[in-house]
Amino acid sequence: MRMPIPDAGVIARRESIVARLRAVIGAGDVIDDPVEARAYECDALSAYRCPPLAVALPTTTEEVAAILRVCHEERVPVVPRGAGTSLAGGSMPTADAVVLGLARMNAVLEVDYGDRVIRVQAGRTNLSVSTFVDEAGFFYAPDPSSQLACAIGGNIGMNSGGAHCLKYGVTTNNLLGVTMVLMDGSIVELGGPMGEGPGLDLLGVVCGAEGQLGVVTEATLRILPKPAGARPVLIGFDSSETAGACVAAIIRAGVLPVAIEFMDRPCIVATENFARPGYPDCEALLIVEVEGTPSEIDEQLTLIRAIAEAFSPVEFRESKSEDESRRIWLGRKSAFGAMGQMGDYMCLDGTIPVSALPRVLRGIAEMSEAAGLPVANVFHAGDGNMHPLIIFDANRPGDLERVEALGADILRLCVEVGGCLTGEHGVGVEKRDLMTAQFTDADMEAQMRVKDVFDPQWLLNAAKVFPLEVSETRREARRNAA
Amino acid sequence: MRPETEAELAALIRAGRGPLSIIGGGTRLLPGEGQGTRLPTAALTGVTLYEPAALTLVARAGTPLAEIEALLASERQRLAFEPPPAPGSTIGGVIAANASGPRRVKDGAARDSLLGVRFVDGGGKIVSNGGRVMKNVTGYDLVKLMAGSRGTLGVLTEVSLKIQPIPPFSLTLALPELDAAAAVPALTAALTGPWDVTGAAWLPDLGALVRIEGLEGSVELRAETLTARLSAFGEVQSLKDDPWLLLRGNIPGSGAAPRSGSAIWRIACRPSQTAAILTMNPDATPLALDWGASLIFFSLAPNARPALPQGARALCLQGTHRGPLPPPDPVTRRLEDGLRERFDPRGIFAAPELTVA
Repeated sequence: MRMPIPDAGVIARRESIVARLRAVIGAGDVIDDPVEARAYECDALSAYRCPPLAVALPTTTEEVAAILRVCHEERVPVVPRGAGTSLAGGSMPTADAVVLGLARMNAVLEVDYGDRVIRVQAGRTNLSVSTFVDEAGFFYAPDPSSQLACAIGGNIGMNSGGAHCLKYGVTTNNLLGVTMVLMDGSIVELGGPMGEGPGLDLLGVVCGAEGQLGVVTEATLRILPKPAGARPVLIGFDSSETAGACVAAIIRAGVLPVAIEFMDRPCIVATENFARPGYPDCEALLIVEVEGTPSEIDEQLTLIRAIAEAFSPVEFRESKSEDESRRIWLGRKSAFGAMGQMGDYMCLDGTIPVSALPRVLRGIAEMSEAAGLPVANVFHAGDGNMHPLIIFDANRPGDLERVEALGADILRLCVEVGGCLTGEHGVGVEKRDLMTAQFTDADMEAQMRVKDVFDPQWLLNAAKVFPLEVSETRREARRNAA
Repeated sequence: MRPETEAELAALIRAGRGPLSIIGGGTRLLPGEGQGTRLPTAALTGVTLYEPAALTLVARAGTPLAEIEALLASERQRLAFEPPPAPGSTIGGVIAANASGPRRVKDGAARDSLLGVRFVDGGGKIVSNGGRVMKNVTGYDLVKLMAGSRGTLGVLTEVSLKIQPIPPFSLTLALPELDAAAAVPALTAALTGPWDVTGAAWLPDLGALVRIEGLEGSVELRAETLTARLSAFGEVQSLKDDPWLLLRGNIPGSGAAPRSGSAIWRIACRPSQTAAILTMNPDATPLALDWGASLIFFSLAPNARPALPQGARALCLQGTHRGPLPPPDPVTRRLEDGLRERFDPRGIFAAPELTVA
């Protein structure tokens, strides 16, 4: 992974920079010991790593502002970090960068059930927000698979979603406001009572900007009343294409399940060997979950059964108990772990229009065959967010390169059918170079103008999202001005 | 000037000296808007893609809203955010204004249904962002930035929208005796339970209104338990007529029937602030509450300004006051001005101090 050459001037001034940071937030909150700092050398995309210059661990918005003022004056790049669960290298540092870790900022600042809002510090984990409001009968809807560990601030950076976003939307649809610190240390409140305004929807563009526009320190989130209950069904099919067609038919019919998950045979076999959920022997299966009171659930499932029967399913298994529900979800939830048993894998994150599902599945099968690399598919079918897993042996020379080439081909196919490169993981460093498959120069230029306004020096997480050569002149301008 | 293609529009903007006012149907102009040479999008029309099974529709910006709604209705689908209708309204205008109706309380605003945009910036460059898929985190989300930007960053040429199936059944409960302040706790009660409420509003003649939608059996069951919950606030009636279109049509600025002489204000706030705002403004005449009492419409004497608590935002829809109250703080203003300068470096888009609360 190519990264910009670190700023030798910054590295030479390391001691004085660390001393200045210690002066504004306290000695114990700055890590400069190389061994300790190694814990921050990568995120969940651990193939790419680099120890940072130093790590700062603030506890308040004012401390974040003080750190950023120092870094701004010293022209030190800053990499914001939530819990480090990014799968695209979004919080991977460079050797001249200060990692700004928000994990200590995990307080709940306010909750108001009548107004259906909760305000938290950005380091608070996703799941703990739902846990906090659970007893009052509420939950926070976006549920990325990493929700036990991932931080709200990171969710905002990546505009995270999850299995249930088919009904409830992703982070941007559930975010009402943020307190954010700009690179120059100024603090700004974005959003409003209903989420946006006044004026331009700055909150909307900050959400999903991968920590490049500012450091979010607090967030006001919409919380929702919990549904009375939920129940999944498992539907097995004799071909992936039939399963894909059934997804389209369910959506077309106007039932709105909270989740439609898809697994193909390689994935079913792997999870069966790994977690033994007792899945049927079939080419593809769907897990469809609906919500409501027991009789509401019955009404929806009757309709889904009628739709599914037109596709001659191998099996239609309706959960009758908590335990059966747990077993139906067990395989899906352990799918990524199960694949790990088969070998190393690269997980893609392309998104496609649901109508293109059969064509893309066929295309992936052909490309997998041609490349001689097995691909297993497990994904959020309701919203077209695919996660093809390419299985390989990382120890075999040349395999990683072949996998990357196949992965790029699959993502290009997603774009070709009207989809996009990433549905939830983000671009990070991982998919920077593929951006040109989806965007023209003018498209990227328009995005980079936003960065110019929020962070004119290009100091915040600046080597991410855009191909290095595309952002180079902007990053160099900073260095030359320093 | 009546461009018929995106390329023509781009050439016009490159050659233009401004100020230019982008006009769709011209139905959502605020006081002071539309002052420059009008650049209509009315010839940029047509639905370019409609996939009912993928819940997506792509249309050129000048396409009449009515045409889109009729097409969707023919497949029993709709725009989830229930845009306020106005004769002549275009989809580009709806998006540029982020115009969102009662269902916003559950399904979000126009910006939440907007999946992708194409636009021409102030330099005449064609820019595409987003796409037509439900989940997309590729690059920055300029889609949200364009929604509600009121033609100050660029001219929308094409929008891509997430659509929604029309549920088979809909039912509205009303508490006709409640005045605006008394309606707030009733609306909050409806929105804090598991009823999936898709509209929570108040109108002077109809009182508090709560809508539920879905499969018939589910709606009937939810209506029963919700009625029990709402009985604590007064007599609950089940409405046969659909009052929501009335609410959509009669709110000033959303295809309004304005009252002559008075100024009309739109206030966004937390529902828990609504009663206090009504008390703080004793001379105001409440016209409507929407979005579970997060949105207040009231009229005031022509030169009066509403009193507001911390966090509430007001915008004058009809009258002389321009721009939001309170005005944006200096950092926000710097960011907004910076974006306008970069997307429209020659300053040709007529951008009076107007923004939406």
